[in-house]
Amino acid sequence: MTSATSDRGGGNGGVHQRSDHPIYAELQSTPEFAELRAKFQRFVFPATVVFMVWYLLYVVMSMWAHDFMSEKVVGHVNVALVFGILQFVSTFLIAWLYGRYMNTNADPLARKLAQRYDDEVRSVNR
Amino acid sequence: MSSETLSTILFLVIVAVTIGITYWAGRQTKSAADYYAGGRQFSGIQNGLAISGDYMSAASFLGISGAIALSGYDGFLYSIGFLVAWLVALLLVAELLRNSGRYTMADQLAYRMRQRPVRTAAATSTVVVSIFYLLAQMVGAGALVTLLLGIEGDWAIRFTIIVVGLLMIFYVVVGGMKGTTWVQIVKAVLLMTGTILITVLVLAKFHFNISDLLGAAADNTGKGEAFLQPGLKYGVSTTSQIDFLSLGLALVLGTAGLPHILIRFYTVPTSRDARTSVNWAIGLIGAFYLMTLVLGFGAAALLNTGADSKVATSGGNLASPLLAEEVGGGPGSNGGAILLAFIAAVAFATILAVVAGLTLTSASSVAHDIYANVVKKGTATEHDEVRVARIAAFFIGGVAIVLSIFAQDLNIAFLVALAFAVAASGNLPALVLNLFWKRFNTRGATWAIYGGLIVCVGLVFFSPTVSGPTGVFWTSVDFSWFPLANPGIVSIPAGFLFGILGTLTSREPEAEAAYTELEVRSLTGAGSEKAVVH
Repeated sequence: MTSATSDRGGGNGGVHQRSDHPIYAELQSTPEFAELRAKFQRFVFPATVVFMVWYLLYVVMSMWAHDFMSEKVVGHVNVALVFGILQFVSTFLIAWLYGRYMNTNADPLARKLAQRYDDEVRSVNR
Repeated sequence: MSSETLSTILFLVIVAVTIGITYWAGRQTKSAADYYAGGRQFSGIQNGLAISGDYMSAASFLGISGAIALSGYDGFLYSIGFLVAWLVALLLVAELLRNSGRYTMADQLAYRMRQRPVRTAAATSTVVVSIFYLLAQMVGAGALVTLLLGIEGDWAIRFTIIVVGLLMIFYVVVGGMKGTTWVQIVKAVLLMTGTILITVLVLAKFHFNISDLLGAAADNTGKGEAFLQPGLKYGVSTTSQIDFLSLGLALVLGTAGLPHILIRFYTVPTSRDARTSVNWAIGLIGAFYLMTLVLGFGAAALLNTGADSKVATSGGNLASPLLAEEVGGGPGSNGGAILLAFIAAVAFATILAVVAGLTLTSASSVAHDIYANVVKKGTATEHDEVRVARIAAFFIGGVAIVLSIFAQDLNIAFLVALAFAVAASGNLPALVLNLFWKRFNTRGATWAIYGGLIVCVGLVFFSPTVSGPTGVFWTSVDFSWFPLANPGIVSIPAGFLFGILGTLTSREPEAEAAYTELEVRSLTGAGSEKAVVH
């Protein structure tokens, strides 16, 4: 069994706290890290704005646009129901797109940087 | 055989199976990482199921379908907030937390801040949120189980609360995170199976034509098309509309700040598995809420939901079980009895899985944050820490049983919404500002957490929920000057504002410097906690 605490950079016993190891500043200054951060933020920030606005629009319309929401689309199915179902669709879609985006754009970079950490820090500690 | 007898047998089967799992999990639990995080050995799919099992409480399983059966479309509004909330968890929290934390919510903040103040604040909020949620679940459980088993009286309710409480303590003390996770996985599988079965049977009655189902619901309730439109419940006044907007904000922002959800991200080996698990959870929870739409409108179409009906007098909680009986062949039939008993058993498993998760969360925070880091300043051994966590679980469980018995006649369902509001107003601002704002520091984190918590609880205390004609605690006096039942619309911006003000009025160069480490670690996983290898 490997204890989770033994393989950290600084190694200040059982406290979960920054290690003050210089490797982190070194990794942060690499072009790979700048690219990783940019790619992560390029998806996450706009997507968060989109789904929050889309959700709040739905809540506000459900409360204050009664007539529009009550328009029938097909049979007994009205706009409110379609709008509600679309919230499910958009949630599934964003979750799926995010997974796919991160798998191809972020994970290889993160893996490379984490590997560099392991090579430099964990080999010294061992 | 009556459905009550059958239910009792199924309840006992669930109790036996979960006790067996817990005993097995307890034997595998050796280190602190095993006890707090299940050794971080769960796969993305397993954790996705466990997250669903942890999240979909009896309130959402029976409550939302019941709310749809009674209030039509407005019942459905809830479920959307509960689902969309998972995008906040997926995009902003899950992976970064997995990489930068260890066992509790506080770990992620304490990583770059002063240990004792930040851990005390985060542990306070963790315990308060979890206990609110737990009390609502346990009081509900007492009423629900007695209703499902067809037994009556105060003593039956008390007995149920005690049995549920003792089982919960056993799962957490003996099985730790491993046992609790497996109980949640079993529950999620049962819940999905039961819900799919009833949904298909309901849809079959309407030849899989949704429009016909909706039409029948509108007709049968006598409310017509208004039943399918928003407004029946929340459209009464401007206050009720703003109140729902306020609730909607707390739902969508609260999930990613609920401590019992956050610690589930530590149970997988990597941040990629954390992402996979949230994606599975979104799929399962979304599918589930779509099916509750069919269950709710199905109950409205096929059952009597009038003012004196069992559905209405149980506050909607019996809508799903009675619908199961109806589509199984109706009251008195074997099929009906079997399905009713099965759904009752699913509800029972649901209660157990959720209360166990909440107790584990509180106990972990008391042992890891308060005992090991605030009291012992990091010198406690793993063995000591786990021992304290077990004692804390026993104590918290005991307190929850006693409080639930005292509260059994009060309608404290509002505590669930309050837990979401506190999570959204205190925990989420602290977590998000910590992850994305370099300048953020100890005072900012503690102000956000205490500020969010106090504003939420304070506003609810002065709301119509607590005092006045609709008050749960005082009906003869009225000090409800805050008109909304849900504080989110005020308390969430307040929480963020406290976090920002606290930060800007203090300087903490160490916390700013350590942002480099937090940022690199949370995005790359460099130096993050590894899975236990036995």
